[in-house]
Amino acid sequence: MTSERIMMIVAEGLEKSYTSGGRPLPVLKSLDLEVEAESFVSIVGPSGSGKTTLLGLLAGLDEPTRGRVVLDGSDISAMSEDGRAEFRAQNVGFVFQTFHLFPTLTAIENVLVPIELRGEAATARESAERLLTRVGLEGRLDHYPAQLSGGEQQRVALARAFANRPLILFADEPTGNLDQETGGSIVEMLEELNREARTTLVLVTHDLGLAERADRVIALADGRVASDRPGASRSRPPTTVGA
Amino acid sequence: MTGKPGRGAPLRLGFAVRLALRESRHGLRRVGIYMASITLGVAALVSIHSFRDDFARSVQEEADVLMGANARLSGDQPFGEEVRGVLDSLRTAGVPVARLTTVSSMVLAPATQTVRLLQVRAIDEGYPYYGAVTTEPAGRWGAHLEQGSVLVDPAVLTQLGVSVGDSLVIGRVRVLIAGTVDDLPTDVAFQTAIGPRVHVSHETMATAELVGFGSLGRYEAYLRLPVEEDRRALRERYDDVFGTARVGYRLAEEQARSLSNGVRFLGRFLALVGLAALLLGGVGVASAIHVYIRERRPSIAVLRCLGAGQQTAFLVYLIQAALLGLLGASSGAILGVVLQEIMPIVLAGVLPVEVSTQLSISSVLAGLGIGVWSAVVFALIPLLQVRDIPPLAALRSDFEARTSRWDPMRLGAYALLGGSVLALCIIEAPDPELGVGFAVALTLAAGAIAAVGVGVTRLTRRYFPSRASYPVRQGVSNLFRPQNQTVSVTLALGFGAFVIGTIVQIEGSLRDDLTVSFGSGQPNLLRFDIQTDQLAGIEELLGPDSEADPSPLVTSRIASINGRTTEELRAIEDREQRPESWAIRREYRNTYRAHLGRAEELVSGRWWDGTRGSEDGTEIDAGDLPRVSLEKDVAGSLRVGLGDTITWDVSGIEIPSVVTSLRRVDWGQLEPNFFAILEPGVLDDAPQNIVLVARIPDAIERARVQRALVGSFPNVSALDFSRVQEAIESVLSRVRQAVAFLGGFSALAGIIVLLGALATSRAQRLREGALLKTLGATRRQVLTVLFSEYLALGSIATASGLLLAVVAAAIVVPAVFEIDYSLRFGPILAIWVVVVSLTVVTGLMGSRDLLRRPPLPVLRDAPE
Repeated sequence: MTSERIMMIVAEGLEKSYTSGGRPLPVLKSLDLEVEAESFVSIVGPSGSGKTTLLGLLAGLDEPTRGRVVLDGSDISAMSEDGRAEFRAQNVGFVFQTFHLFPTLTAIENVLVPIELRGEAATARESAERLLTRVGLEGRLDHYPAQLSGGEQQRVALARAFANRPLILFADEPTGNLDQETGGSIVEMLEELNREARTTLVLVTHDLGLAERADRVIALADGRVASDRPGASRSRPPTTVGA
Repeated sequence: MTGKPGRGAPLRLGFAVRLALRESRHGLRRVGIYMASITLGVAALVSIHSFRDDFARSVQEEADVLMGANARLSGDQPFGEEVRGVLDSLRTAGVPVARLTTVSSMVLAPATQTVRLLQVRAIDEGYPYYGAVTTEPAGRWGAHLEQGSVLVDPAVLTQLGVSVGDSLVIGRVRVLIAGTVDDLPTDVAFQTAIGPRVHVSHETMATAELVGFGSLGRYEAYLRLPVEEDRRALRERYDDVFGTARVGYRLAEEQARSLSNGVRFLGRFLALVGLAALLLGGVGVASAIHVYIRERRPSIAVLRCLGAGQQTAFLVYLIQAALLGLLGASSGAILGVVLQEIMPIVLAGVLPVEVSTQLSISSVLAGLGIGVWSAVVFALIPLLQVRDIPPLAALRSDFEARTSRWDPMRLGAYALLGGSVLALCIIEAPDPELGVGFAVALTLAAGAIAAVGVGVTRLTRRYFPSRASYPVRQGVSNLFRPQNQTVSVTLALGFGAFVIGTIVQIEGSLRDDLTVSFGSGQPNLLRFDIQTDQLAGIEELLGPDSEADPSPLVTSRIASINGRTTEELRAIEDREQRPESWAIRREYRNTYRAHLGRAEELVSGRWWDGTRGSEDGTEIDAGDLPRVSLEKDVAGSLRVGLGDTITWDVSGIEIPSVVTSLRRVDWGQLEPNFFAILEPGVLDDAPQNIVLVARIPDAIERARVQRALVGSFPNVSALDFSRVQEAIESVLSRVRQAVAFLGGFSALAGIIVLLGALATSRAQRLREGALLKTLGATRRQVLTVLFSEYLALGSIATASGLLLAVVAAAIVVPAVFEIDYSLRFGPILAIWVVVVSLTVVTGLMGSRDLLRRPPLPVLRDAPE
C-alpha cells in the first residue's frame, strides 16, 4: 500500500435503467464508489442486485443512464465507444466465468490478441509464452481451447488478462464454471499475478468464501451498496501457485 | 504503463489481418461449403470467357483459311463486263484470282436411280489459296479439274447410295466420282447439312448447261491479296463499280468477324446464365456469413472487451469473407479452365471452326476478381452486424444492441450490392440495355421466387393439416425454426428450377412450332426453276392429292419510285426520306396472283377483290396503272405507302404500279412468300419460272416422284424439307444442351446452398434430434421428421421456381419468338421429381449423424 491514496476507479452517482416491457427498469440507483490503486475489491450480492451491470459500467462496456466513471483519472463516460475500446486495450484486462476464449485460436494466439491490439507485435510472442509458462501451460501453447480442460482454459484466460499489463483487471465469476479445487488454484494464481503486476482487481462473485479473500467486500442489494467492509481472510498467508 | 486513450480506437490493420488469418484456419471450415457456390459461378464464367477468347482467336487466326483467300467478290448474277474487266486487270497485275460458281441442280445416280437436289460448284484452279483440303482417297483435290471427273461431299454418296468410282448425271453430262472432299476448311458447319455439293470445273459446268437465264446461282471470285492495304485499296478504287454491278466485296477478316458474331452472342447469353449461378452463390454466402457471425458473437464481444474498435472487429471478418471468396474463386478458376476444354465439345455442332483452347489469363483474372468481389459485396450486409455486437454481450449473452433500420452503412451496403449486380450484368451482357434488362429480370425473378417461397411457407404453416402425424408436423414446422434458412435455400433451389424450367418450356414451344411448320398438313417439297410450259406436266406427275401450289417468279428490279430514279433516291440527304439502300438495290422476285396466301394478312388498303385491310381500308384509285401489294416492312424500307408509284424493271421493260395494299407476312411459314405481289394480267407474259410447293407425306412416294421428275424435267430443282427440319433441330438441341449445361450450375449452386444451410445448423439439429430421442422417438420417427422437412423444403422451392418459369415462358415465347406458348406439364413434373429427390437425398445424407449418434453425448457437448 502506498502512503498516498490514489484512486484508480471513481464512480459518481451511477444510475442504470433498462427498458422492459416499455417501462424503465432501474438496475443501479445512484451508486458512488471509489477503488484504490493496486487494491483487490470483490462485489457480492444476490442475483439481480446489479453486480454484472456495475462491472459492465466500470469497465466501460456500457454507458450509464446517469453519473460517470473515472478510471485512472480519465472520464470514460465522456468517451465514444471506440475511445473506450482503445482505453481498454491499453489499461483493462478481463476474466470471464465462461472463459470466452476464441475457440478458433490456439492458447498462445488467444494470449496474443490483447498484445497485438496494443500494436506490440514484435515482442508479442515472447511475452505470451512467458505468461503461459507463468500459469503452468508451457507444454500446451499450440492447443485449441477444445483440447484443454476447464481449469486450463481459465488459466489461458488469466494469461490473456495480464497480457496487456493492465492497470485494472475485472473478473466476472472467474471460478463459477470450475470445481472447488480447480477454482481455488485459479484464485491463488489470480491473486499472485495481481500482486506481481500491481493491478487493481475488481471481482464479481456469488462465492462468499472467494469474496472474503479481497481487501474489501462490497455487497449490493437492489441496485445500491448495502455494505462495504474489509475482507475477512486478508490475514491468510499467500500460497504458492500449484504446479 | 499507462496508455492514455486517444479519441477513438485506431484501425489496427495488421492485427485484423493476423487475427483473420488465424480464425479462418479453423472457423471457416463449416462456412467453406458455401465457397463451393462461388466456385461454381466462377467456373462457369471462366470457362465461358475463356471459350469466347478461344473462339474469337481461332476464327481470326483462321480468317484466311475460312475464306480460302484474302478477299471475295460475290453476286447472284454472272459478273458483268466492268467487274470482269477489274478481275482481268488484277490477273494481269499478277494477283491470283479464282472463280467459283454455285448452282442448285438435280443430280441423278444411274446406278441406284436416285435423285437429289445438290449444289453443283465449279471451282477454278488454285482455290483455296489457304488451308489444306482433305480428300478420300488422299491427295485427290484437283481431280475435279480433270475432264469428266468430279469430287463430292461424303453426304452425296449416302444420299444417292453410290460410291467413289460410280457415275453421276448432272444436266447434260455424265461424270465419274473421283473421290470425296472430307474437309474443306472454307466450310462452316451445317452448311453441308442443307446442301451437299458436287465439285466440278467450269468447263464441266458449261458442258452440263446448268447456267441459263433465270437460274438461281451464286457467282464468286476469290482473290489472293496478302497485303491488307492492297485489299482495302481495291475496295476504295472500285467501290462504285461493285456497287453499280450489285457485287459484294468482302475481306476475310470481315467474314470471320460476322461468323463469330452469332457465337459471341450465344457466349454472352451463356455468360449471363453463369452469372446467375454466381449470384445465387452470393445469396448462399450472405446467409452463411449471417449464421457465422451469430456463432462468433461471443468471440466478437470479447474482442471488443479487449479493446478492439468497431472497425477493427468488422475488418477481421471482412477479411475472412474476402479470403473465403478468394479460395472459392481460385478453385472455380481451376475448374473453369478444365471446363473450357469441354465447351467446344458441348457446342461442337454450332461452331463454324474447330476451336483450339488456350489458357486465357484475362478470363481467369476476371473470374477471380468477380468471384472475390461478389463474395465481399454479398457478405457485407450480414457483416455489418459485427459493428452492432456490444462488448457487454460477453457478460450478458442475451444483450441486444439497438440497431437502426436506416443505418447509412447498411443502406450503403445494399446500394453497393445493387450497383455491383447491375454492373456485372452490363459487363456480361451483349449490350448494356440487355444487361440492365437482365439485372432487372434477375432481381424480379429472385424477388418473386423469395416472395412465392415465403407465401407458400406461410400457407403451409397455416393450413397444414393438424391431423397429420406428429413426425410429419414436426418436420414441416422445422422450416420455421429460429435462424432458419428456408428463404435462402428456397431462393437458391427455386432459381435453379426456374432457369431449367424456363429453358425447357421455351425449347418445347420452339419444337412444337417446328413440328407445325414442317409437320403434317404442311408442304414438304419445294420445287423451283419450273418453266411455264412444264407446269402442267409436273402437276400431273405430283398427282391431285399433293395440294400443289404454284407461284410464278418474275425477276425484277426497282427502276423508280414516284418518278425518281434509284440514283436520285439514293442521293436524298434526309435519312428519314431516303429509302434504305438494300431495298432499292436488291433483285426482287415478284409474283402475281388473285388471292392472298396462307401466311399473309392484309393490314391496310384493299386487295384486288375489295377485301379490306384491318388498319386502314382506304381504297386507292390506281387509274389505268397496275396495282401492287407490298409487304409492310419492305414498304417501310422503301419509304412508300398506299398510293405511291413504283416502276419495276422487268428484263429491260419498265412496268409502273401503284401501291394499293400492304400485307403482313409470316416468313416462318414454309410457303413461297413475296415482298411484292402484282395483280394478275400484268406480268403473265414476262420471262418467269415457277416455284411450287407440294405435300407428299410418304417418304418413299416422295423419292419415287423425285426420280420421275428428274427423268422428265432435268432442269427442275427440288428440296425436301424434312432434311432442313433435321438440320434445324440438331442446331436447336445443341443450343439447348449448352444452356441446360449452365442451368445445371444454378441447380447445383442451390444444392450447395442447401448443404451449407445444413452444415451451419448442424449443432442445432443434433440437439433437436437428441432431445427427440431422449423423449422416446424411434430412429424411424426421427427419419420421418427429417424426410418431411426436406420434402416440404424441396417442394416449396421447386414449386416457386417452376411457377415463375411457366409465367416467364408464357411471356417470352410470344414476345421474343412470336409463336404460341403451350404449357408442357411432363417436363415440369420431371424437374420437380429430380430437384425434390436431390433435396431429400442431400438433406438425409447431411443428417446421418443425427440418426447415428446416441443422444446423451450430444446433449452434454452441445452448448446452448
